[in-house]
Amino acid sequence: MAADTKKAIMGIKVGMTQIFDEDGRAVPVTVVETGPNIVLQKKKEETDGYNAIQVGFSSMNEKKANKPMMGHYKKANVKPLRYIREFRTNNVDDYEIGSEINIDIFAPGDMVDVVGTSKGKGFSGAIKRHNFSRGTMSHGSRYHRGSGSLGAKGPARVFKGKKLPGRMGGERVTVQALKVVKVYPEKNLILIKGAIPGPKKGLVMIKDSVKA
Amino acid sequence: MNDIIRSIEEEQYKNDLPDFGPGDTVKVHVKVVEGARERIQIFEGTVMKVRGAGLSQTFTVRKIAFGVAVERTFPVHSPRIDKIEVTGRGKVRRARLFYLRERTGKKARVKEKGYF
Repeated sequence: MAADTKKAIMGIKVGMTQIFDEDGRAVPVTVVETGPNIVLQKKKEETDGYNAIQVGFSSMNEKKANKPMMGHYKKANVKPLRYIREFRTNNVDDYEIGSEINIDIFAPGDMVDVVGTSKGKGFSGAIKRHNFSRGTMSHGSRYHRGSGSLGAKGPARVFKGKKLPGRMGGERVTVQALKVVKVYPEKNLILIKGAIPGPKKGLVMIKDSVKA
Repeated sequence: MNDIIRSIEEEQYKNDLPDFGPGDTVKVHVKVVEGARERIQIFEGTVMKVRGAGLSQTFTVRKIAFGVAVERTFPVHSPRIDKIEVTGRGKVRRARLFYLRERTGKKARVKEKGYF
């Protein structure tokens, strides 16, 4: 069964800072700026094969939207939106097309999962990419930062999935069970404890935690 | 710095901070929770270092308590600090007074500035 997201919103990562909690402890937080997320379409099991709501966020220049997308926006009777994502939910009927989802769905103390696209690290070696260990750099060692043995001699080939250097980062990452520290409904800001994936100005999705 | 982050940090700044630096003698009024009661404890000593800037700025105070040296680091803008009182200005020539750790007795003092 697909995940049943009860609450979800898109936002833009602003950056990190710290905040003092009621006990005077400095808590590291990531600031995410959201805005009204507008429901564009409802997907249902009977018609689409699954239950989900399609949501748009962040206004954009009308000239930049192409004709097919303009038709889609017109159906929901909204202005063009930059980001469109879907959230799986079993309660599709709770939402109305054109209605707004705002940050006040979350309150301090809630546990959330945050989905984002991690920072691209380029072509990285096995130490950075797979947490391999380094060989000694001196004492006549001729093994420094290599990826080690590629396998036994017998199969005469390298098995698929062998951890080797390659492109790292720039992929979808979910961080589970982060605590909401503070919400500013009038400024559309949410403060989440700890780090979240992606660069500043990157799109992130905040959902209610599957572990909560 | 981003304007949004600056506005969040500005909410938490203290505006009544005295001007102090390494070598100065300060009384730090710390709020201590004992069971259900909250009281104020004073930690008095020499400022050994001030590091960082903005909201994450901290300072370290060193004092000798019953023959044992105690160093405590406080965030400058911590809500656990009720008040910081400057009781003396010290004349020092460096920003970090780690040399106090190797000294004992009369040598471990910081010279007072003539004016206050």
